[in-house]
Amino acid sequence: MRFSAHRVAKRAQQPVLLAVRRMEDLARLQAALTMFKKILIANRGEIAVRVIRACREMGIAAVAVYSDVDRAALHVRKADEAYPIGPAAAIESYLNIDRIIDVAKHSRVDAIHPGYGFLSENPRFARACADAGVKFIGPPAAAMERMGSKTRARQQMEQAGVPFVPGTARALESAAEATRVAASIGYPVMLKAAAGGGGKGMRLVRTSGEMRSALEAAQSEAQRSFGDAEVYLEKAIVNPRHIEVQVLADEHGHTVFLGERECSIQRRHQKVLEEAPSPMVDALMRRRMGEVAVRVAQAAGYSNAGTVEFLVDEQRNFYFLEMNTRLQVEHPVTEFTTGLDLVQLQIRIAAGERLPFQQEDISIRGHAIECRIYAEDPDNNFFPSPGKITLLLAPSGPGIRRDSGMYEGWNVPVEYDPLLAKLISYGTDRAQAISRLLRALHEYFVGGIKTNISLFRRILNDPSFQEGKLDTGYLDRLLNLAQPTPDADPQAAEVAAVAAGVFAMLDPEAPVRGSSADGAGRISPSAWKRKGREEVLQ
Amino acid sequence: MTYDILIDDRSYLLELRRAEHGWECRLNGQAIKLDAVLARRDVLSVIIEGRAYEIKRERTATDLHLWVGSARYAVQVRDPRSLRSRRRGGDDLGPRKLVAPMPGKVVRVLARQDTEVEAGQGLLVVEAMKMQNEIKSPKKGVVRKMIAVQGANVNAGDVLAIVE
Repeated sequence: MRFSAHRVAKRAQQPVLLAVRRMEDLARLQAALTMFKKILIANRGEIAVRVIRACREMGIAAVAVYSDVDRAALHVRKADEAYPIGPAAAIESYLNIDRIIDVAKHSRVDAIHPGYGFLSENPRFARACADAGVKFIGPPAAAMERMGSKTRARQQMEQAGVPFVPGTARALESAAEATRVAASIGYPVMLKAAAGGGGKGMRLVRTSGEMRSALEAAQSEAQRSFGDAEVYLEKAIVNPRHIEVQVLADEHGHTVFLGERECSIQRRHQKVLEEAPSPMVDALMRRRMGEVAVRVAQAAGYSNAGTVEFLVDEQRNFYFLEMNTRLQVEHPVTEFTTGLDLVQLQIRIAAGERLPFQQEDISIRGHAIECRIYAEDPDNNFFPSPGKITLLLAPSGPGIRRDSGMYEGWNVPVEYDPLLAKLISYGTDRAQAISRLLRALHEYFVGGIKTNISLFRRILNDPSFQEGKLDTGYLDRLLNLAQPTPDADPQAAEVAAVAAGVFAMLDPEAPVRGSSADGAGRISPSAWKRKGREEVLQ
Repeated sequence: MTYDILIDDRSYLLELRRAEHGWECRLNGQAIKLDAVLARRDVLSVIIEGRAYEIKRERTATDLHLWVGSARYAVQVRDPRSLRSRRRGGDDLGPRKLVAPMPGKVVRVLARQDTEVEAGQGLLVVEAMKMQNEIKSPKKGVVRKMIAVQGANVNAGDVLAIVE
């Protein structure tokens, strides 16, 4: 006893002596002193679980918030503390700034992580956090505002030498002017309503002969739709790709880029599958895009994690689209290819630490692909499919990561985004990442609700995808093709027939009901009938 | 035990008995070498003539499906002693129920009761997970009954309308 007490006393003096010996150790000591003790996660689903995991790894207590329908959600189960914030409707709970700030004060957190969506890009929320003396884990409110307004962002970015899709960016005076501008930037061009949106007042013009009538049509449509006939002109990007660059900036003026993500596979402007690196980007293009992304972030006065989105044409010219001032859903593919933990870095940056590396230290290794598993039915026009998860078999094994917000027995609520989980694969090259993901999808089973898992099998097996021939129209084209008849193992139906009988004998609890054709209007057999039948079966 | 099994609309006669070591199994009269173990609820490990399969059973409010690998089969199991008659094939005759495919909220009713509708015509719009979804008529006919009301919450499997 005496001996060990002596040892403890001696050891207690040592760290202090050793720590000051090197600057690095000093920095670490300082960081440990200023690091947050408790963080509130103002989100739900898989991203809330993701942030809780980072907190746990860093020894930080995690506070969850939940709406009435999310009491049993996974993020609440995994948190250290959890507080209700209101009814199911997001506007009254996850978007309720006052309520969330109240919980933050009451639970005495040092910082708030907003995740993505909800309040993550709301400068008012960032300000409310600051006013409450709670650190917002994200960029300054001013930087968010700067990037939130498209026109203001454009002026500032043009000054910083950021490339935009060539065009007029202001109203056209006449067809003659339109033809002149179009000739200087080259056809095809797109006419767009200045007040527009949703495709209204838009016309594709392929040759100068089409200009006059197209301009008149666009102007009158703009007038009718928006009460404003102003139309401007932009170069039309044929078969564009959507490629984005991850940036990371500390609060001491140091900004780096972490390579790109290919996000061209989209449905209704919603990303479905992302990968890093992009099959079309080489080292030189990566550096050029990365340097532009860093300039964008610096021009905006940005800090923390952010993403600069680009439109890329077939000649590999890239044009600035917008900056997302938050952590992205698809951040795990970058984590795989850089070996960094973006959420931990977000937290460390917000705590005032300097970036622990330089641009030269960052290298891209291997290939990663992410599938967004949504609760929707790919065989039925992607209908949402909330409900109870009756069976969940999760994949694992080499190169597989699963960020999930669901569990077996959980009821997927109707009120929120249908993202259930993300399945991410990593390989030394793209081919291996694809085959690992296919293998993992084969292991993944979500029963009770419909998911889009089969869609990913289709994409990953598609020759165009495998050759990396992608653009934002890719998925619509694939979905317009006839569904390939599933490589029907002729025996599989017979196996199913045998299994149906075995189930009926070994696991007969399940009510055996009719198939879908006449639907659920059918009444399940009464308990009496069921009992009677069971007795017959004995 | 003898079962009359319908897999996607194809009928199989299955004779199944637990034997001393494993199973005795005949499918449509043909003997099959079968071994089967229930791994857990709804998951069966089946070995047929040396080939191994993991079979998943999926029960929802409306359906019973079995998954063999990534292929899904709609299944009905009948004990032939049951007197229930087989589901009719031709669904174009007689009334058809429109069923909510998911829980949600009826945001719009597009067709009135007793009006004629075309096959594929949208009858109402249900919103779930921030998406609006049109529920279409399964056939040409007359809306016998419009049960759904605008603003109402519905559960998966609820009957929304009847078209005849």
